[in-house]
Amino acid sequence: MRHHLILRTITKLLVAPILMFALYVQFHGDFSPGGGFQAGVLFAVAFILYGTVFSLAQVQAVFPPWLVHKLVALGVLIYAGTGVVSMLLGANYLDYDVLGAHPEHGQHNGILAVEIGVGVTVASVMIAVYYAFAGRPPTISDEDW
Amino acid sequence: MMVATALAIVRMRHLFAVVMLSGVFSLLSALLFVTLDAVDVAFTEAAVGAGISTVLLLGTIALTSRTERLTVNFEWLPLLVCLVTGAVLIYGTLDMPNFGSADAPVHQHVAPGYFERTPHEIDVPNVVTAILASYRGYDTLGEVVVVFTAGVGVIALISGLGRGGRRGRGGRPGKEA
Repeated sequence: MRHHLILRTITKLLVAPILMFALYVQFHGDFSPGGGFQAGVLFAVAFILYGTVFSLAQVQAVFPPWLVHKLVALGVLIYAGTGVVSMLLGANYLDYDVLGAHPEHGQHNGILAVEIGVGVTVASVMIAVYYAFAGRPPTISDEDW
Repeated sequence: MMVATALAIVRMRHLFAVVMLSGVFSLLSALLFVTLDAVDVAFTEAAVGAGISTVLLLGTIALTSRTERLTVNFEWLPLLVCLVTGAVLIYGTLDMPNFGSADAPVHQHVAPGYFERTPHEIDVPNVVTAILASYRGYDTLGEVVVVFTAGVGVIALISGLGRGGRRGRGGRPGKEA
């Protein structure tokens, strides 16, 4: 899409706010609608938009596929690891009461940790799926659309 | 409007327009969820349904074909099954409590307990997050594993990481190739 000047400019303007909004949704999920799932999708959307308007090679230079594939597993490990940590601290699996000085603080920390895990997995799965689809050889040229 | 969009999707043969209309359909259902005060769900529907799946469907069209093949013979059995299922579902809604009524079963069972316990046990204002991440932590872990499995499945099937070793590393040849 080399000749779509407006699209390219708007994309450049939009990517940073989208990433910012994704982080807001991620970390503000305790107080407002949203959480790891929505934040992960928004985060992925920023990369997908960039990859669609510019090129797959350019977005993969920023976020290489091998890293995406590792993050897919890392998110699940963060989530499951939070449960293991709470177990090591003497509580039940995924019982966050022991993760802070006070049970409520523990709950806050635990929710934050698992939401990060959810966000990482969802974002990287979405990006990985996009890479998988967009990376297939036959691509339609601009004029065909 | 959703019915009109759905009918248009069924009638159209041009798949590009169908994909765009399915995005519109998702956006409309997101609005419906907002009307029902389910902002979390609406958020997800707008981001996933209208955003990501549209892009993925476009990617699929780019890989396959852009027009639907015309089928000539008209099948009666699927239509019959659809009509019967629809009629049964509508019959089922007749027994549902009125919209927004406070004595609906969903407001009587576990929900009051969560609303009562969340402020002093979890202390987060968004009860949905509290239920999702804490009370129902196992379920959410299961959901994340489902997402993980789906992602691994797609990567294994079509990302080309298979026999030729790690061809994905360092970026694949893009559109220029």
